[in-house]
Amino acid sequence: MECLIGLQGKDFVLVASDTMSARSIVSMKQDQDKMFPLSDKLLMLVCGESGDTAQFAEYIAKNIQLYKMRNGYELSPSAAANFTRKQLADALRSQTPYQVNLLLAGYDKEDGPGLFYMDYLASLNKVPFGVHGYGGFFSLSVMDRFYRKDITQPEAMKLLQQCIDELSKRFIVNMSSFNVRMVSKDGIQNLGVIKPQPASV
Amino acid sequence: MEPKLTPCGQFIIFQARRYDSRTTIFSPEGRLYQVEYAMEAIGHAGTCLGILAKDGVLLAAERRNTNKLLDEVSFSEKIYKLYDDMACSVAGITADANVLTNDLRLIAQRYTLQYQEPIPCEQLVSSLCDIKQVYTQFGGKRPFGVSLLYMGWDRHYGFQLYQSDPSGNYGGWKATCIGNNSANAVSMLKQEYKEGETSLQEALALAVKVLSKTLDMTKLTPDKVEIATLTRENGKTKIGVLGVNEVEKLIKVYQEEEAKIEAEKKKEAEKKKSSS
Repeated sequence: MECLIGLQGKDFVLVASDTMSARSIVSMKQDQDKMFPLSDKLLMLVCGESGDTAQFAEYIAKNIQLYKMRNGYELSPSAAANFTRKQLADALRSQTPYQVNLLLAGYDKEDGPGLFYMDYLASLNKVPFGVHGYGGFFSLSVMDRFYRKDITQPEAMKLLQQCIDELSKRFIVNMSSFNVRMVSKDGIQNLGVIKPQPASV
Repeated sequence: MEPKLTPCGQFIIFQARRYDSRTTIFSPEGRLYQVEYAMEAIGHAGTCLGILAKDGVLLAAERRNTNKLLDEVSFSEKIYKLYDDMACSVAGITADANVLTNDLRLIAQRYTLQYQEPIPCEQLVSSLCDIKQVYTQFGGKRPFGVSLLYMGWDRHYGFQLYQSDPSGNYGGWKATCIGNNSANAVSMLKQEYKEGETSLQEALALAVKVLSKTLDMTKLTPDKVEIATLTRENGKTKIGVLGVNEVEKLIKVYQEEEAKIEAEKKKEAEKKKSSS
């Protein structure tokens, strides 16, 4: 019932995550941040089993920080994504697998922006846009229709709003608000919270 | 036998044990003899030389096993490719070197498995040195009798040249030499190396010159030396060993130049004689 959304523009990646923390049928919290900064220009969004998400995200974040301290330079987004995948894949085949789905948004000096989609079975894909959770059934079609490779930042924000509006219109689960962040050459930027706007029809 | 107290506070009772652990115990003057002996052994090994240029790196190694009965199946005697972006050459005990190059290749592949990108050069060198260092600290083993020169390229620092020794020390160099007569070669390189303006062609000429002067043989021949280069072409690293013809050409150019200098010297000497 959680939702992570990401889309990549020409020189940025825009991401959003719902803010609900739920257990069973109870909503525990309405302002949960599901994003973990791994380094200056790398952001991880996680959803899934609530203990696993925090544990796994922190483990990856610390390891990426450790790499930076050891070597004096940062891991590239694609290397970080593959590292995360390996850790998740190894855990999957152990006695204690993590049940986490994640999106990884990063910016690299040479490769530019990058968005990576990974599920709890440790399948990794580099995607132009991606959605985790039931929200994908409703918002991916909107993305398919309106996404362009060279989408600008205001256009991307509008598309994101459109996706969220579609969710509030068609999805039976109530998602009241989304945290929004952007990763670009200037680092991770917090773009606040957006809420679904009432349908105009 | 009287029990004796070692620096780590353990009683040594058996003679054999004392002998074993001596490899990694400080002498009263604070030295590790076994490590020093290992370095000494390398001083007698075949010479290896590396030069960093603007557009590439090169490694040159002296070939000692020259026998016309020897089957020429192996790609090269002392220069090993480690992965797409790196190669190394070794001076010291060849059997030990084979173990170390195997470790190097394993480390490089493990990194690629984890990150899906090639290992940065210094990380590989430092990982191997961690292994080498262990043999200078933990008892019952002898250190690896091998020094290595590594040439490589990575996205962080471009072309690079490293050297590592049996103690587990390593460093990055612009030009350096290990093995027999290496001190002389290094001082020659120090004099002749032009920083930041050496092309690979000039570096090759310099390598042949230094080897000709420091190897204890009257004339350098292509079968006594092997040279490998590392360059970048269309976003890919290219590592290649120079063929006999190319090495022969380099030696010829060097000898012609030497002859010219010699002739000039003679002329000048005669001039001086006649004027006086």
